[in-house]
Amino acid sequence: MSKKPGALTTSAASAKHLKRRRAADGRFRYYGLSAIVVALGALAVLAVTIGSQAMSAASYHVVSYEVTLDPAVIAPEGASRPEDISRNVDGFYSLVRDNLLNTFPEAGADRNSRREVSDFVTRLAVLPTARLVAGNPELIGSRISVTAPLNDDLDLYLKGIGVRERKIRAGAISSVEPAPEGAFQVSGAGAFNGLLAGLTVANEGRKDDAVQLDVLLTSGVSTGRLTEISADTAHLELLTGRVADFTESAPTARIIQSAESERTISNKQIAWTLALQDMGRIKRAPRWTLLTNSDSTYPELAGGLSAIVGSLLTMLVTALVAMPVGILAAVYLEEFAPRNRVTEFIEVNINNLAAVPSIVFGLLGAALFINFIGMPRSAPLVGGLVLALMTFPVVIIASRAALKSVPPSVRAGALAVGASQMQTVFHHVVPLAAPGILTGAILGMARALGETAPLLLIGMVAFVGDVPKSPMDESTVMPVLIFSWSNNAERAWEPLTAAMIVILLAFLLLMNGLVVFLRRKYERRW
Amino acid sequence: MDTTLGMSTAVDDNLTLPPATDTAAAPRIDCRNIKVFYGETEAIHDVSMAFPDRAVTALIGPSGCGKSTFLRCLNRMNDTIENCRVEGEILMDGENINDADVDPVLLRSRVGMVFQKPNPFPKSIYDNIAYGPRIHGLANGREDLDAIVEKSLRRAGLWDEVKDRLAAPGTGLSGGQQQRLCIARAIAVQPEVILMDEPCSALDPIATARIEELIDELRNRYCIVIVTHSMQQAARVSQRTAFFHLGNLVELGDTSQIFTNPREKRTEDYITGRFG
Ligand SMILES: Nc1ncnc2c1ncn2[C@@H]1O[C@H](COP(=O)(O)OP(=O)(O)OP(=O)(O)O)[C@@H](O)[C@H]1O
Ligand SMILES: [Mg+2]
Repeated sequence: MSKKPGALTTSAASAKHLKRRRAADGRFRYYGLSAIVVALGALAVLAVTIGSQAMSAASYHVVSYEVTLDPAVIAPEGASRPEDISRNVDGFYSLVRDNLLNTFPEAGADRNSRREVSDFVTRLAVLPTARLVAGNPELIGSRISVTAPLNDDLDLYLKGIGVRERKIRAGAISSVEPAPEGAFQVSGAGAFNGLLAGLTVANEGRKDDAVQLDVLLTSGVSTGRLTEISADTAHLELLTGRVADFTESAPTARIIQSAESERTISNKQIAWTLALQDMGRIKRAPRWTLLTNSDSTYPELAGGLSAIVGSLLTMLVTALVAMPVGILAAVYLEEFAPRNRVTEFIEVNINNLAAVPSIVFGLLGAALFINFIGMPRSAPLVGGLVLALMTFPVVIIASRAALKSVPPSVRAGALAVGASQMQTVFHHVVPLAAPGILTGAILGMARALGETAPLLLIGMVAFVGDVPKSPMDESTVMPVLIFSWSNNAERAWEPLTAAMIVILLAFLLLMNGLVVFLRRKYERRW
Repeated sequence: MDTTLGMSTAVDDNLTLPPATDTAAAPRIDCRNIKVFYGETEAIHDVSMAFPDRAVTALIGPSGCGKSTFLRCLNRMNDTIENCRVEGEILMDGENINDADVDPVLLRSRVGMVFQKPNPFPKSIYDNIAYGPRIHGLANGREDLDAIVEKSLRRAGLWDEVKDRLAAPGTGLSGGQQQRLCIARAIAVQPEVILMDEPCSALDPIATARIEELIDELRNRYCIVIVTHSMQQAARVSQRTAFFHLGNLVELGDTSQIFTNPREKRTEDYITGRFG
């Protein structure tokens, strides 16, 4: 049977047309694909940068101290009630500082060194210890081991973020000769060949040759600073520890890539840190304080608890106001209101309201709630009300869309069996629209949770060291805390900010997860 | 018989009476000078007609002639339509249902309605039927409600098919079953009148035949008004037929007369398929 050219086989003219059409199809698919790739790429970059930053803040270094809880220091005459003890920061801090001074006797020599060693732990870091002892007075007089977070700059140094350095292993040291005034020299055949080569590399491409690079040589708990070097011999100045430690050792050299004056940590502090690490007194621990501490001016003590609680209180107020108001307004407008000029006007304005920049709501909140009604500044109550104003148009719009999507036949069916309009709406329409309504409401809340601008205007940006106990207390919220932290100059705030962002994102994911869950649960039912 | 079902209406008592197809008997519904407006447009022009009790009245006519609009007047479903206005008197038991002091909700419990597309509630079969009796307080307790559900499903000829899965969703039934479920739902509130707007147009011939059978049985107890596009269906199930055209009632009479011996030219043209 011979095949006749039919409508489905291509003639020359239609082949050309077909080719063009296929090319257009292909191009479109390619554009779409590249758009998705770009979007996913941006998302991946965001996730990686924030995630890696946050990871470094997820753990931190803590130093452990063995201290004797001397009653004369921590519970002196006339101040031995638990509340006095828990407030006796100075007493506890002196124990910790004395411990450090005992460990590093050379630090007692001059004021500067004393300050440098005290910087290892901030005063307020002993507060948990003070509270522990206040709660367990039987501990007084005994010897306990406590931990406190390491100073943030040293923490960064240990994480390899703060100060750039190159580690080079030196060869075996055969002889050590002490010299006057803490100086000494160590030698071994060809022990410093590697270090010399490293120094050449490090000095290459440096503009400022005048400043000498610091090189620290460490063996065990002892560290010396290099003053002169040859292939076999190094002249050193002892920073901490004993000269004897270098005998028969293979010390580690560290070429610090920046001058001491350009760093936030001194050579001595590095030496002490290395010593503490060698003693096993510095440990890297998960940073639960990020969730259990409130804000602090010291990065190593700062946490997001007050902001998290503030956010939850604010969201509570927002939910209690925006959800009922928004949902009832939507039900009324969609199911009961007559269609006329007034409702049309209201509709248009609700849509406009949803498009108003959020900062305007902050201005409104400041003027209305704080200045006119006289509510407290910086309170979750006001923040929640402002965010509710911002959220409820979104809730109305989403709820109306959900109500609209309920088929009219359901309403007709209910009305036809003699249900009143109220019964029709609340027995049939609203339950069917509920997943959509809840989705809209939760997404609106999620938006409010991430909102910063309006809250700045009602004073929720103030530093809050205490966890708010009620919606009337002074408070801040997560996104505002992120904003404040990102404004801090110190290097250590950067990973902390990223970690806080991750916590905020976790809350948002939780809410979106709830949306998915509700949808699945209620939409699959019939 | 079941006393609870007889408490608000006389349906069960009437069971003993012979089916009334006598049009001379007092009509169940008497419409006088009905005009319906959608905004400014008049969709129904001055229609007067009566619906006898215990008989099926078919409304036929070309698409857009106002059959549904007129049907909706009878249970005031037009109230729910934006800018729809009804003029004229509709008397039920001598009472004008369009009076301001008549509660449309109560009216609808006496005048049930079945729609073109089956629209069971997205609930269980049981709840579909039980919903009406529940909101009207027709049942005293669970057993009573169970009885009403069973009775309604039996009357709608659906009981044997669903009695083992009353908890299953009503929307999971076949189209014909769903429509019978809707009929059962309508009769569960003990109406006196049942309005049906093209109840079989979404169904296959077998399901249609079942519904028609059902309508024929229900005729013994209710006043039924059915809108249909199928001449055969009108001829099969109705005793009275009204032919509408362009919002006018063209001709009303006994079905046999309309189909064998129409008085109006337009009626004849329509039923012989010359337009429509
Ligand atoms: N909600 C409404 N608003 C405005 N006009 C309407 C509305 N509903 C119906 N109409 C108009 O009223 C007239 C009668 O419509 P109706 O639905 O009663 O016709 P029908 O006879 O039921 O038609 P069909 O057989 O196609 O169902 C039509 O001209 C229609 O356009
Ligand atoms: Mg119709």
